[in-house]
Amino acid sequence: MKLTLRVWRQQNADADGAMSTYEVDGISADMSFLEMLDTLNEELILKGEDPVAFDHDCREGICGACSLVINGDAHGPERTTSCQLHMRSFKDGDTIDVEPWRASAFPVVKDLVVDRSAFDRIIQAGGYVTAPTGAAPEAHATPVPKPDADFAFEHAECIGCGACVAACPNGAAMLFTSAKVNHLNVLPQGAPERETRVLDMVAQMDEEGFGGCTLTGECATACPKGIPLVSITGMNKEWLRATRKAGKR
Amino acid sequence: MTRTMWDSSVGKKTVMAVSGLIMLAYLVVHMLGNLKIFFGSDEFNSYAHWLRTLGEPFLHYEWALWIIRVVLVAAVVAHAISAYQLSRRDIRARPTKYVHKKPRASYATRTMRWGGIILGLFIVWHILDLTTGTVHPDGFQAGHPYQNVIDTFSTWYGNVIYIAAVLALGLHIRHGFWSAAHTLGVGSRRRDRAFKAIANVLALVLTVGFISVPVGVMTGVVS
Repeated sequence: MKLTLRVWRQQNADADGAMSTYEVDGISADMSFLEMLDTLNEELILKGEDPVAFDHDCREGICGACSLVINGDAHGPERTTSCQLHMRSFKDGDTIDVEPWRASAFPVVKDLVVDRSAFDRIIQAGGYVTAPTGAAPEAHATPVPKPDADFAFEHAECIGCGACVAACPNGAAMLFTSAKVNHLNVLPQGAPERETRVLDMVAQMDEEGFGGCTLTGECATACPKGIPLVSITGMNKEWLRATRKAGKR
Repeated sequence: MTRTMWDSSVGKKTVMAVSGLIMLAYLVVHMLGNLKIFFGSDEFNSYAHWLRTLGEPFLHYEWALWIIRVVLVAAVVAHAISAYQLSRRDIRARPTKYVHKKPRASYATRTMRWGGIILGLFIVWHILDLTTGTVHPDGFQAGHPYQNVIDTFSTWYGNVIYIAAVLALGLHIRHGFWSAAHTLGVGSRRRDRAFKAIANVLALVLTVGFISVPVGVMTGVVS
């Protein structure tokens, strides 16, 4: 396959960026999107040019490092991560636009790499359970009803890639935050911090400068892990419950 | 508690949802009342007068109407301020647009902000036209709403402004009602289709109900 790539190039956080055009040849349909970028980078290095910087780590769709907006879609046309997107999703001769996540809370570091530490601070605000560490606890000590366990697991699938923020026209982190809140709030292990978790995480989310939810549903469509839009509804419910309880105290 | 509500983006969205539902409930009653125009001038005018005597003798003359007006103004102001502040936040959160643009979201979703502004301007005109009579064509007659309605819808601009605003209202309710359900945390995967259906039905019924009045005047059914 021969492709034309238009890639966002930006020297550093303060520099102005622009789309640069590259031609790549000899791309196999079985390559992943990142392997295609590797091919481009090898050519750029041989030519003595600066390779395109992009985030990647596990390359098996579970770490959430890769973060490319491909042809206007977070993670590209398939519902998966950029690393698990294969070139068979494109045609020979295609022109492909590659851009970084766009949100003021995710500033561009270089080229396609953005700083997602805002997500870390949201997690630090409440995305944990207070439990003594050490040996694994006895599995039957804390019974969890099967529907609750399934609900928690569905939300625990979030890999924190930030595609929801990238896809949202408001740059909102509602889907990410709600996945974490729902995951922990439904479980008995998360019960002691049920109220403070949702209040603190939402407050941190606002603090980081993410936008709000207007129910466009773009986040859930982009999510490679299929976190549903109603996850946000669940967080709103938890937030209102926690606010009511806090008001009584 | 009030501070937390107003300081949080989720809380402000709750304010929008609740104030929106208050206005929606009013609109349903308002639309049903408007339909009385099809039963002739006596019935419509006496209905309009009854609105002023509503709640008597417990309430004084026009007090019920004024209570409703105060609640509605509060709802409009709360809705508009939170919409403005939330929109500012949303626009700030996404300062750089994507180079590769795709058509996104439904028409109703994309037009919420402009639709809201149009509705706000319409409300001002609507009150100046049919409540105070300030911009009313052909001499406003207090206490004769039937004739006033006919006067308004006998002008081309009266019809255009009204019908455009009602269409914007339908779109606004279509996305707004369903959104409110999710903002208030009552939506769920199981109930999602039901809420979407209710939103669509409400939007359609209100649009048709309101538009039937200018259409009635234009076709001569109401004269």
